Amino acid sequence: MTDQLESFRSETRAWLEANCPETMRSPMAGEEDFVWGGRTFKFKHPDQKLWLDRMAAKGWTAPMWPKAYGGDGLSNAENAVLAQEMKRIHARPPLFSFGLWMLGPVLLEYASEEQKLEHLPKIVRGEIRWCQGYSEPGAGSDLASLQTKCEDQGDHWLINGQKIWTSYANEADWCFCLVRTDTSVKHEGISFVLIDMQTPGVETRPIKLISGSSPFCETFFTDVKIPKDAMVGRLNGGWEIAKRLLQYERTNISGFGSVGGVSGDLIEIAKANIGLENGVLADGDLRARIAAHKMAERAYALTTQRAMEEAKAGQNVSHMASMFKVAGATLNIERCELMLEAAGSRGFGWSGEGFSPEELAVTRGWLRSKGNSIEGGTTEVNLNVVAKRVLGLRDTQ
Amino acid sequence: MTFTLNEEQLLLKDAARAFCSEQAPVGRLRKQRDAKQNGRDPELWAEMAAMGWAGVIVPEEFGGAGLGYVGLGVVLEETGRTLVASPLHSTAMIGASALLIAGSDQQKAEWLPKIAAGEVIVALAVDETPHHAPGKSTLAVSGDKITGAKTYVADGHIADLFIVASADALYLVKADAAGLSRRELITADSRGAADVKFDGAVAEKMSGGVAEIDAILDRARIGLAAEMLGQASAAFEITGDYLKTRKQFGQLIGGFQALQHRAAKLFTELELTRSCVLAALDALDRNAPNLAEYASLAKARAGDALHLATSEMVQMHGGIGMTDEHDAGLYLKRARVAEALYGGASFHRDRYAKLLGF
Repeated sequence: MTDQLESFRSETRAWLEANCPETMRSPMAGEEDFVWGGRTFKFKHPDQKLWLDRMAAKGWTAPMWPKAYGGDGLSNAENAVLAQEMKRIHARPPLFSFGLWMLGPVLLEYASEEQKLEHLPKIVRGEIRWCQGYSEPGAGSDLASLQTKCEDQGDHWLINGQKIWTSYANEADWCFCLVRTDTSVKHEGISFVLIDMQTPGVETRPIKLISGSSPFCETFFTDVKIPKDAMVGRLNGGWEIAKRLLQYERTNISGFGSVGGVSGDLIEIAKANIGLENGVLADGDLRARIAAHKMAERAYALTTQRAMEEAKAGQNVSHMASMFKVAGATLNIERCELMLEAAGSRGFGWSGEGFSPEELAVTRGWLRSKGNSIEGGTTEVNLNVVAKRVLGLRDTQ
Repeated sequence: MTFTLNEEQLLLKDAARAFCSEQAPVGRLRKQRDAKQNGRDPELWAEMAAMGWAGVIVPEEFGGAGLGYVGLGVVLEETGRTLVASPLHSTAMIGASALLIAGSDQQKAEWLPKIAAGEVIVALAVDETPHHAPGKSTLAVSGDKITGAKTYVADGHIADLFIVASADALYLVKADAAGLSRRELITADSRGAADVKFDGAVAEKMSGGVAEIDAILDRARIGLAAEMLGQASAAFEITGDYLKTRKQFGQLIGGFQALQHRAAKLFTELELTRSCVLAALDALDRNAPNLAEYASLAKARAGDALHLATSEMVQMHGGIGMTDEHDAGLYLKRARVAEALYGGASFHRDRYAKLLGF
C-alpha cells in the first residue's frame, strides 16, 4: 500500500517535472492570472492553455472524479500526494472553476448518467464555464423564498424571472439555477436546472462593486425555453441539491486568499510602512493586533489540516462547512483591514501614478473582502447553521 | 504532523475520561475546598499514579510508560474537564521533562523513577514578580548555594523537590534543604501555591541554560494548554446543556439567536484551539524545530478560548452562575490562574511576534 503510494509519488513527480511549464511554476500576481476556461476565455499566456490541456488530459483538474467522467479516479491519499507534489514545484492550479468546485460534486451525486457524461468531461477540460443562479432580489439570506418561475410546457420548461449576484454570468457558458416549480410550498417547490446561457431570452448585466470591479451580474430570464432533460434530480427536489452545493461553496470561500483576497504579506507591509524599533514594530498596539491575527490564521490553517485528516479517516466533517465559512471570512476581512491600516496613506490610492500595483491591490482587496461575510451565506446565516445543526440549539422545544 | 490519536493514546484518553468522571468529578474539588485542603488530595494522586499517569512521558528504563507528550496531553485534557486538583502537570509534565532535558545521568537515575511512581511531587520555581518574566530573575548563586525569592510557585506548597530557574541556569533543590522556607498561599482556584525563599539554600546544578529553561517552560505551557482545553470544553458543554433545558418566555433559551450566535462563535474558538493544542503536543513528540511558536500559539489561544468560555458560562447561566453552589465559579477561578501561569496571552502574543520577526 505504502509502496504503491511511493511509486505513485515518483511517477507524479516525474510527470509534473516534464509537463508543467516553467512559467506555471511562479506565484500568481492576482485574479488576472486565474484561468477560468470556457468558450470565450482569453488566455494571457499560451503556457496557461498548455498546462490546462495537459492536466485535463491526465484527468488531474478533477483528480478524484471517476475516469468515466474525465477524472483520474485517485484515492484521497493519492490526491494528497498530487497536491503535495504540485506544491513542491509551486505549480499553479491549472483551472479555476465553479464547475469543479461546486457543480461537479453535486452532479456526481444527483445527476443522471446522461447528464454526467454530457457535462462533467467538459468541466474537467475547462471547455464550459459555469455560473451560479441562486440569489434573487427578494431572496438573499432567505434563499428558499426564490420566485424565478419554471413551468412545464409539455415538451420543454419555460423560465421567467431574475437572478442577482450571479458571479461572472457575463462570461459564463452555462448556469446552474434554482427555480420555483411549485408556488404552494416553500422548500419543497424548488427544482435544480441547467441552462445554456446562449438560449434566447437570457440576458446579463454586470454590477459594479465598491471595489470598482464587477465580478457579479444581474441575470434576467424572459420566456427562456430549456429541454425537459435539463433538470437535475427530481421535480421539486432541488433544495436538497442546493444545500449540498452550498456546503461545497462555503468550504471554497473559506479557503481565504482565494476569493477576493489580497496576496500581500501583512508583516512586510507593516515593517515597510511603520518600521522597527529595537527589532519590534514601532506601533505597539497594531503589533499586538497583528500578532493575534497571525495566531488566528495559524489556528485556522491547522484546523483545516485537522479536518482533512479526519475526513480521510472516514469522519463526516461536511457539517463543519459553515464554521469554516464564518471563520475564514472573518479572518480574511480582518487581514485586509490590518493591511490597510499598516499601509497608512499608501493604502488609499485608487488608480494612476504615485502608488505601486501592490499598494493599489491593498485598497481594492480591502473593499472586495467586505463581501466575504455576505456571499455564500452571510456570517449570521452560517452561525444559525452551526447553532442548529452542530450544537443542536433549536428555535422551538 | 498528525492530529489523530493512536490506539494507545485513545485507550489512555478513555481510561482518563472514565476515571475523572467516576473518581474525580468537579464535586471532588469542591469537597477539598470546603475541607480547606488547598489542593491537597494525596489519595487521589496515589490512585492517579497507580494508573501510571505520573510516568507517561518517563522512558521505560526509568520505570515510566514512555508514551510521549501526546499521551500525557490527553490525560491532562481529561483532568482539566473536571478541574482535578493534582500535581499531574507540575510533576508528570514539568518535573519529568525538566529532568529529561537538563538532568545529569545521576539526577535522572535518582529522580525519574520516583516521579514515575508518584513518590515525589515536583514544582517549578520560576517567577519572582506578579507577571511571568523568566529572563528577569535576580536569583544569586554562590558555589552550590542559591539566594533569592520565587513567588506563586504552582504546587509549591506540596512539593518535595523544586526545579529552580535563575536567569540562565537550572537547579534542583529539595524542599527540606537548609535555607529554604516557604509560605503557603491560599488561592482563588482552590489549588494552592507557595512563595519560596532561598537563603543560601543548597542547590544541585542541572545542565543547560536559557535554551533549556525555555524548552522546559514550553512543555509547561503546552501541558497547561491541554488542561485548559479540557476545562474550556467542559465549561462549553455544561453551558450548552443549560441552553437546552432552561426555559424563559415560554421557550428554551437556546432558541434565542443572541445566545445561539455566541455559542456558535465559542464553538469555533474551541475547535481552532483544539487544533493548536494537538499540533503543539505533536510538535513535542516530533521534536519540531519551531517548538516555541507552537507553545506560544497553544498557550495564548487556549487562554483566550478559556477566558471566553468561562465568562460566557457565568453569563449564560444568569443568576445561578453567580452562586457558589454552581460549578461555573470553580471553572472561572481556575481559568484565570491557568491563563496567567507561564505567561498570559499578551506575553505569548509578544513572544510570537518576536519569533515571526516583528
